[in-house]
Amino acid sequence: MEELANLFQGFAIALQPFNIMVMVLGIVLGVVIGVLPGLGGANGVAILLPLTFSMPPTSAIIMLSCIYWGALFGGAITSILFNIPGEPWSVATTFDGYPMAQQGKAGEALTAAFTSSFVGALFAVVMITLVAPLVASFALRFGPAEKFAVYFLAFCSFVGLSKEPPFKTIAAMMMGFALAAVGLDSITGQLRLTFGFTEMLNGFDFLIAVIGLFGIGEILLTMEEGLSFRGGKAKINLRVVVQTWKELPAYWMTSLRSCLIGCWMGITPAGATPASFMSYGIAKRMSKKGNNFGKGEIEGVVAPETAAHAAGTAALLPMLSLGVPGSPTAAVLLGGLLIWGLQPGPMLFVEQKEFVWGLIASMYLGNLVGLIVVLTCVPIFAAILRIPFSIIAPLILVLCAIGAYSVHSSTFDVILMLVFGVIGYLLKKCNYPLAPLVLAIVLGDKAEEAFRQSLLGSQGSLGIFFSNALVSTIMILGLIALFWSVIQQGYTRLRGATA
Amino acid sequence: MKRSAEFALATMAALYAGAMAAPALAAWEPVRPVEFIVPAGTGGGADQMARTIQGIVTKHNLMKQPMVVINKSGGAGGEGFLDLKASGGNPHKIIITLSNLFTTPLATGIPFSWKDLTPVAMLALDEFVLWVNAEQPFKTTKDFIAAVKAAPAGTMKMGGTGSKQEDQIITVAIEKAAGVRFTYIPYKGGGEVAVQLVGNHVESTVNNPIEAVAQWRGGKLRPLCVFDAKPMAYDEPIADGKSWKDIPSCKSQGLDIEYLMLRGIFMSPRATKDQVEYYVDLFKKVRATPEWLDFMKSGAFNTTFLTGADYAKWVEIEEKRHETLMKDAGFLATGN
Amino acid sequence: MTTGSSSSTGPAHRLVEAGITGLIALFGAVVIYGSVKAGINWGSEGPRAGFFPFYIGIFIVASSAINLWNGLREDNDALFAEWGQLRQVMSVVVPTAIYVGVMPFAGLYLASAVFIGWFMRWLGKYRWVTVLAVSLGMPIVTYFIFERWFLVPLPKGPVEEWLGL
Repeated sequence: MEELANLFQGFAIALQPFNIMVMVLGIVLGVVIGVLPGLGGANGVAILLPLTFSMPPTSAIIMLSCIYWGALFGGAITSILFNIPGEPWSVATTFDGYPMAQQGKAGEALTAAFTSSFVGALFAVVMITLVAPLVASFALRFGPAEKFAVYFLAFCSFVGLSKEPPFKTIAAMMMGFALAAVGLDSITGQLRLTFGFTEMLNGFDFLIAVIGLFGIGEILLTMEEGLSFRGGKAKINLRVVVQTWKELPAYWMTSLRSCLIGCWMGITPAGATPASFMSYGIAKRMSKKGNNFGKGEIEGVVAPETAAHAAGTAALLPMLSLGVPGSPTAAVLLGGLLIWGLQPGPMLFVEQKEFVWGLIASMYLGNLVGLIVVLTCVPIFAAILRIPFSIIAPLILVLCAIGAYSVHSSTFDVILMLVFGVIGYLLKKCNYPLAPLVLAIVLGDKAEEAFRQSLLGSQGSLGIFFSNALVSTIMILGLIALFWSVIQQGYTRLRGATA
Repeated sequence: MKRSAEFALATMAALYAGAMAAPALAAWEPVRPVEFIVPAGTGGGADQMARTIQGIVTKHNLMKQPMVVINKSGGAGGEGFLDLKASGGNPHKIIITLSNLFTTPLATGIPFSWKDLTPVAMLALDEFVLWVNAEQPFKTTKDFIAAVKAAPAGTMKMGGTGSKQEDQIITVAIEKAAGVRFTYIPYKGGGEVAVQLVGNHVESTVNNPIEAVAQWRGGKLRPLCVFDAKPMAYDEPIADGKSWKDIPSCKSQGLDIEYLMLRGIFMSPRATKDQVEYYVDLFKKVRATPEWLDFMKSGAFNTTFLTGADYAKWVEIEEKRHETLMKDAGFLATGN
Repeated sequence: MTTGSSSSTGPAHRLVEAGITGLIALFGAVVIYGSVKAGINWGSEGPRAGFFPFYIGIFIVASSAINLWNGLREDNDALFAEWGQLRQVMSVVVPTAIYVGVMPFAGLYLASAVFIGWFMRWLGKYRWVTVLAVSLGMPIVTYFIFERWFLVPLPKGPVEEWLGL
């Protein structure tokens, strides 16, 4: 019960007027950062970090973590409205969120996304409050082999979902892997596939590919079909929030499953991106409306958003208790902690109780404040779609260019973005699925790195992937997920034959 | 208004004094925001230092223009170095370096050498410590080396940051000095390496103090020796009543290896003397702040400060040493 | 999606798709070539840098071959898009390409203002007042948000130099 007393003390700290003000400011800044592509959570927090040096550490970390929540909320907005995910974990939100917006249901999609984010984050915070030490030791069991197994599971639960021809799916995914491989090979420290171009040292950043393939590609498709956005008739009043809320409890099972997936992925720390893809993939398989996923199903927004935010929140736990950031943004927050003389690690929970519980209390409150702020803005966001296409389109293009530029401060990336845009348009017209391509760009090099680290450790023996109960279980789950689609296809075919 | 008037007065005074006394007096000041490039990812050691400096400069108002930290980590930092190399004559760009100033061009063959840049100042040197998991039986370096020798070659795993960079160079040096063989496993960042050691996924690491201190305090890791000529200077107790100063030098433990990592500042090519002096002066002010002293203490840094010709000479010697080390280890780019 | 009415004309879907499949295969070949240069065998440190990309390249080429075969076998004389539609698409692609190409020299702000103005005037047929308000307003807002508040430097050209920004 000591924890509860600490928590209430934390609430008392977080509820000081100055801290509440800081909280709201942080959320608003975070939403702005999340909405502007290219700024992103990690960059945004890094840029604003120096601002907080003049504050007391507890207020500073409240502000930074609220920026973090705000950015998480904000990422969903552009995904749903314009098909432009600003962060890797928002990609899965576009699959059903953007079709919903096109059907004039932007308000519903945004409400579902924000509410799910809140539920996922809340679940993770409760978990952090109750079982923090236990969970931290679980994270320690994840070496390279276990990490590879998790990535393997993420790929397997997502692959075979698309309705496009299988070999086109394979080609798209392999192109993603190839793009992810460009640049420095982290295991041998050697450059590969750069062909002597210094611009390619970096490899292909996810964000540039995704802004091009999804954002620019979508604008080109819209141009082809005439100058209009189809989301114009979106409802822009607050009633839509209440209406959507009535609908959401029906998906409690999906929410719960996504929360669990998210917490697990956040702690391991594989991160929010595999969590969102995995959760979407599993929801699609489990749902009665699975076939309708990708056409604007609200459950397809709930699943990835819940998981991503549960993961994003849970990722703070290994950061605090082990000093290992679960996400790039957490890495920057970690730097902040160090600057204030707070040493993340096993002793933080013992030595800096006030700070830790103040932070955890601010997670509860910051999330709540964030939800209220973004929900009241739903009508405003939805109203953006009423702006005529020939005004909003050039603005989106310019924002995309800024986003692509600010990733590495390179004008080459802006050109690359346009190239990706044209490729995205052509691939989509030719029925190639883009999601596996993006998944491979995001996770490809990490999976390869974990795989090769494992092999280095085992001196080349593949047996390492089945060397203990944990890694074997995850690998077998992955294999089941992979063959599930084959079994299902076989089953349907069988049924089709008898019918 | 008052500020700008003061500024004008100060400038005039400086100009006047300059005209009267020595013409070399630093009169240059940045007129645009200064980009502070970090040739490594967000959250790493160099990034933390750069952001601390940015915070100190902002908090104490040491510069009239803002300082902006930009990460250019592509190609093991090659991206950042090439960017600076291409910005000749732009005095509003500075870069913080780590050992990849030497290792990246050697290992990847990208067309860059530190001689392309203008040296400003060495801020500090980062120490390296040999760490093992506290659950392991080895209490001293000798125990550990004996255990590595006893195990079949290559079964003991050494975790480190990056490939063909400082951590792996030290690993190869240990192998040579002690006649043992490790399997080196590269990870993305120092924090991750320390946690892999806590989780017993590797047997030892050569983490920087700041990367592993939390786990040491938590009783999860044990330092064996420091790769410096003498023990570190900080005698505040960290864990079990032991301080950084109580860690013996590796040399005294029979491992004759010294390795320190440069945390220094360079600026773009063709910078004038005035411009260099402005930054030297700026960093002198930064080093005098209490925040900086705290930061140095938390990371147990070696606080050597060098500028001008001394600095350039130090870097030159260090480059030669890296060339030899990398060549001996077989890490040089094969030209692709 | 592309079963356009038979009266209008445009490039055949089959041909465009075959072309794209060919380009993907070419990309795969480039990947294979680069991998071979990086070393594709199993060295002392486990697989070499080019090991995985090599097989990925092989997969790309192989699946493209199958896709090409499937695409050509299919009896589908649908259009990829009508010429008019493609002209619409190009009316965005070409100016954006110019915008992106000019940006390193003219700076982002000037290029953006001209680009937005062009888009609104040409495709939107708005009044000059609206056009000017949006095309000048956007870069100014961008300047304050990015350069002033978030301290993210964006590419600048001679105009900004002249204004002393």
